[in-house]
Amino acid sequence: MAAAGKRMLTPLKRVKGLGSARSGTRHFWIQRVTAIALVPLTLWLVWVILGLVGQDAFVARARLAEPVTGMLLVAYIAALFWHTQLGLQVVIEDYVHTRWMEVALQILVKFAAVAGAVLATLAVIRIALGN
Amino acid sequence: MAEFSLPKNSRITQGKTWRAPAGATNVRTFKVYRWDPDTDANPRTDVYEIDMDTCGPMVLDALIKIKNEIDPTLTFRRSCREGICGSCSMNIDGRNTLACTKALEEIKGEVKIYPLPHMPVVKDLVPDLTHFYAQYASIQPWLKTETPAPSGRERLQSPEDRKKLDGLYECILCASCSTACPSYWWNSDRYLGPAVLLQAYRWIVDSRDEATGERLDQLEDPFRLYRCHTIMNCTNTCPKGLNPAEAIGEIKQLLVERQGA
Repeated sequence: MAAAGKRMLTPLKRVKGLGSARSGTRHFWIQRVTAIALVPLTLWLVWVILGLVGQDAFVARARLAEPVTGMLLVAYIAALFWHTQLGLQVVIEDYVHTRWMEVALQILVKFAAVAGAVLATLAVIRIALGN
Repeated sequence: MAEFSLPKNSRITQGKTWRAPAGATNVRTFKVYRWDPDTDANPRTDVYEIDMDTCGPMVLDALIKIKNEIDPTLTFRRSCREGICGSCSMNIDGRNTLACTKALEEIKGEVKIYPLPHMPVVKDLVPDLTHFYAQYASIQPWLKTETPAPSGRERLQSPEDRKKLDGLYECILCASCSTACPSYWWNSDRYLGPAVLLQAYRWIVDSRDEATGERLDQLEDPFRLYRCHTIMNCTNTCPKGLNPAEAIGEIKQLLVERQGA
């Protein structure tokens, strides 16, 4: 608004801008679905970790190598990183208003989320298959 | 990046103090934001001491008393003085509300009065609402139909459907909610804000309106609608006791519903 400057645009022209993107609902919905998934998954993970307190690395490894544990861990990783990048995308849209920085950060967040998810999943697979 | 501190020429300085008349026993202090576009001076806060024995009960009464009896340069909007026109919305005691319906006895200590936050100031307590009104115009706030009106009588609406407009039609567009919303502060160039979204929902939910889908199309946008993060400042501050956050939630639900999730 302050930067309305010398362009002679009507107020309505400014408000209409580039028009409606006709999207955003999918983003909104998946953010909620992953949030719902993360509630039981996080509780379960805390329970698993508490059960491993005081145990040595071999016990922990054996526990994580159980098929159901590995499966739920991968589900947790997928939901977590998916939810994280959706949320960070919104934070960047909210606060970063320098266009090149906004685009760079959005790309960085997506790359980091995929890298994190791939690495974490690979770790689970390696433990499950015993290297 | 978003700006979190005021630019240098917007920093508020200490202004003038107007003492209470001698002999006044029931004195209250009012600290009022002042800014004059005709000088280069920074905004300031002037302090007015008022004899409450000769002042009405509402904040607007005090402002009118200041303008009439102490300092005629004080500038603010007001009209109906009964909470129906929405002109005198301002930030009083840290909260956006209407000066005419805000009772002075509800405020403890010094009464701090500022313009609506994060809007360009025209002068003193008068914000520039041009953009806000254009946003209202953009949602086309009128009944849209393809079916011609029945001849000789009104378009009918069941009492149940009419009830759905309660809590929506009362909005007087004072902009208290929108200017209390952090998302609106950072992104008002594209985010429509709670007041305009509540008004949009008022037409979406109107059983007589035939443009529901087009209205939803226009709102389905990451910025126009989805900047709402359910912060709830809108609902907390609404001087009419309305719930814009709920109306926005209803719009989001309809959007999810129509895409079949």
